[in-house]
Amino acid sequence: MADYRPPLADITHALTTVADLQSILATERYSHVDVDTVVGVIEEVGRFMAEVIAPTNRDGDQIKAQWHNDGSVTVPPSFITAYQQYVATGFGAMPFDPHFGGADFPWITAIAVQEMLNSANMGMALCPLLTQGAIDALEAHGSPDQQAMYLPKMLTGEWAATMNLSEPQAGSDVGAVRAKAEPVGDGSWKISGTKIWITYGEHNMTEQIVHLVLARTPGAPPGTKGISMFVVPKFLVNADGSLGKRNDISCVSIEHKLGIHGSPTCVLAYGENTGAIGWLVGEENEGMRNMFTMMNNARLSVGLQGLAIAERAYQDAVAYAVERRQGRAIGAPAGEQSPIVEHPDVRRLLMFQRSWIDAMRALIYTNAACLDQAKAATDPDTARAWRERADLYIPLSKSLCTDVAQETTSAAVQIFGGMGYVEETGVAQHYRDARILPIYEGTNGIQAADLVGRKLSMRGGGVIFDELDRCASLADRLHENPSMVTFAANLRSAADTCRRATAHLGETATSDPATLLSASSPYLRLLGTTVCAGLLAEAALKVDGSTTFGAAKITAARFFGEQILPAAEGLSGAVHASSEDLFAIPVDALI
Amino acid sequence: MNVIVCVKQIPDPASPGELDPSTNQLKRDGKLILDESDSYGVEMALQLVDAAGGGEVSIISMAPNGEMSGMRTALAMGAVKGVLVSDPALAGSDALTTAKVLAGAVQTLGGADLVIAGTESSDGYTGTVPEQMAELLGLPSVTFAKSVKVDGGALKVSRQTEEGFDEVTCPLPALISVTAGVVEPRYPSFKGIMAAKSKPVDTKTAADLGVTAAGWAGAQQAIVEVAQAAARQAGEVIEDDGETFNKIVEFLDGLKVI
Ligand SMILES: Cc1cc2nc3c(=O)[nH]c(=O)nc-3n(C[C@H](O)[C@H](O)[C@H](O)COP(=O)(O)OP(=O)(O)OC[C@H]3O[C@@H](n4cnc5c(N)ncnc54)[C@H](O)[C@@H]3O)c2cc1C
Repeated sequence: MADYRPPLADITHALTTVADLQSILATERYSHVDVDTVVGVIEEVGRFMAEVIAPTNRDGDQIKAQWHNDGSVTVPPSFITAYQQYVATGFGAMPFDPHFGGADFPWITAIAVQEMLNSANMGMALCPLLTQGAIDALEAHGSPDQQAMYLPKMLTGEWAATMNLSEPQAGSDVGAVRAKAEPVGDGSWKISGTKIWITYGEHNMTEQIVHLVLARTPGAPPGTKGISMFVVPKFLVNADGSLGKRNDISCVSIEHKLGIHGSPTCVLAYGENTGAIGWLVGEENEGMRNMFTMMNNARLSVGLQGLAIAERAYQDAVAYAVERRQGRAIGAPAGEQSPIVEHPDVRRLLMFQRSWIDAMRALIYTNAACLDQAKAATDPDTARAWRERADLYIPLSKSLCTDVAQETTSAAVQIFGGMGYVEETGVAQHYRDARILPIYEGTNGIQAADLVGRKLSMRGGGVIFDELDRCASLADRLHENPSMVTFAANLRSAADTCRRATAHLGETATSDPATLLSASSPYLRLLGTTVCAGLLAEAALKVDGSTTFGAAKITAARFFGEQILPAAEGLSGAVHASSEDLFAIPVDALI
Repeated sequence: MNVIVCVKQIPDPASPGELDPSTNQLKRDGKLILDESDSYGVEMALQLVDAAGGGEVSIISMAPNGEMSGMRTALAMGAVKGVLVSDPALAGSDALTTAKVLAGAVQTLGGADLVIAGTESSDGYTGTVPEQMAELLGLPSVTFAKSVKVDGGALKVSRQTEEGFDEVTCPLPALISVTAGVVEPRYPSFKGIMAAKSKPVDTKTAADLGVTAAGWAGAQQAIVEVAQAAARQAGEVIEDDGETFNKIVEFLDGLKVI
């Protein structure tokens, strides 16, 4: 496995040229930050991730998180020292409230930090990822006392946090949650029930774990309207902030998984003995809404994991492609084997990864920029417009980037040939690690349902049409560049195809929900790929093509527009088809 | 205790370097980073000041184009101020001129209890600057320090040698050169990076320091030729037949190491 090289130039390009960090920093809200500072921080973060975190990635895969008979869980020893160093850097606190130790940097800068952390070691990165989501939820919905008690140490990373939704009967269907909360009478609650799949539910990386748990209070209405959120710490916290009694939460087992072996996935039993003590976060029965704060944050981060793992696998693949010699490339001298990077089909595998990585980075960083702009806008209409765009992008970021990560990590394995299928080279780990991404944080099927359910109807489809108008006008501008005319034509055509698809789904939405849901995944891929092409077009128009770096960006964008975008447009057939054939074969006959 | 650390800023070794064909020197016109071999000196200085319970760490650097990125890293680690000598006239300076410049920079800071340098830079490997500086400053110098302690007014140094190490005691003020790996350099924290932005760096020219910049023409040393490094010979592969240890003993014996 090649060493991880932080792609600082690409990240800076995504921040400044693609997502227009400058305009975020020009707002009053973020006026205390400047581009040079951000770039300076990103450079140090990159060095830290490459030198300290990345070398622990293999340990995660090989030593794995281990469950012990006393219910304790250990992570590989190298995780502990590396994580402590991460805590010492304080990078995790950057985007949060200064009252609790943050620096109120825009979210997009935290995304850059997270990208490199996840490329370095995705299994370890899940711990800070969930902690950051929980910080977001407590900042938004926690009481001042809860914030004062938990946030400072969560911001530094000294305390980790988890997100407890899933139960055996409540996976995608969160409304089916059964965990119970009974009032004690002193303001606290007794939590009982079993939660499954809890990432970093138990471990020895931090002294404290703060669980955010969804449960039902007595008499709560059924479904999602009757769910409340509780904060349930592993150790009760004394008035002076020190750790007190161990709470009644036990880790019954951890899962044996396809990948992310370093990340413990726990079954947690709450309240088996004396009762687990928790405190309500926000209002009763508003847990789902509050958890969504965390989930939106986490969904973008999971999309980012797709990008991050794709980047790492790509780096391994390129390193191998220039080393490994096989066959004679066209035009190479006789009698010697050429590096496989000289073969057109290997180049195709590399360019496929590279241009998708650019596209994913553009999508994710723009998504984060929209969140920041929405927060920073002083005028309500402007804020709403940014918010809508961010909301539209969330399912695209999560699903598209995690689906594409399957394909790009697979392409990386392919470049290694047989050595990709054995474990020594490390590239197989990325492929296995990546497979969780389309599953957790709302499966990609659920994301597609969110897109056609909630997002399509925003402003009667207007949010999506605005996005497509933006793509069409970019196509016009792109057309003026002779080397981009094919890309321009393809972008215009894809935008038209999306427009027809969106209008069609808008019509079926109420009349034929089965058809709407049948079309959801191909529609997401079609729309997401088109949006990505628009973002790449915009960046290609801005970048200085006279530099090696800029020229490579333009090439990757053109490759995307000419060779990837048209395939997505081919999904139009699946979007317009009825659901009939999906159900034509009776279930009995499927078996 | 006040310590001054010499920090060289060099092209990132991770990106492919390039020689200037007219001078056979490494091109240094792009972005520069803190030489890893100086990060040990910075860390050592921070630890010594910490152990002394007071004082501060300052850094000095000579670099083209007012380049400060590498200095910012050292400041983010905890140094409090810096002097940068940047002067087009200094391009092509040899080791002695560099030593004069850095000695001048030490003097503008009013000297210190201890001056720390790396044993050699990772991009030039001249390995003579620290001793030349010591001579110019009239300080005792201890080279190849692998551990350093301050005891009363004296410096206790374990000095790496080919056979092992020497225990050296030396009065302060002094100048030492530290080897790589002598301490584990800390990574700048977010707070450190933010604080570094407002730490003062004084920029000077050769003339400010009273040094005559001789440049290419006046350098007392020149790189006359650059040749490809000889390709490494392929090693010998021995199949283990259960008796391989004999072959290993034979091999080591041949090298006269056993
Ligand atoms: C490694 C790992 C870590 C996890 N970490 C956490 C965690 O920290 N906290 C937590 O609470 N959970 C966590 N999860 C749980 C995860 O979020 C769920 O596995 C996920 O939401 C899917 O639920 P499920 O497994 O019950 O699958 P199911 O809901 O049974 O889904 C099975 C399939 O059916 C599809 N499906 C289900 N319902 C619908 C529908 N209405 N429309 C269309 N398709 C549908 C799904 O898309 C999927 O393809 C984790 C899971 C794993 C594997």
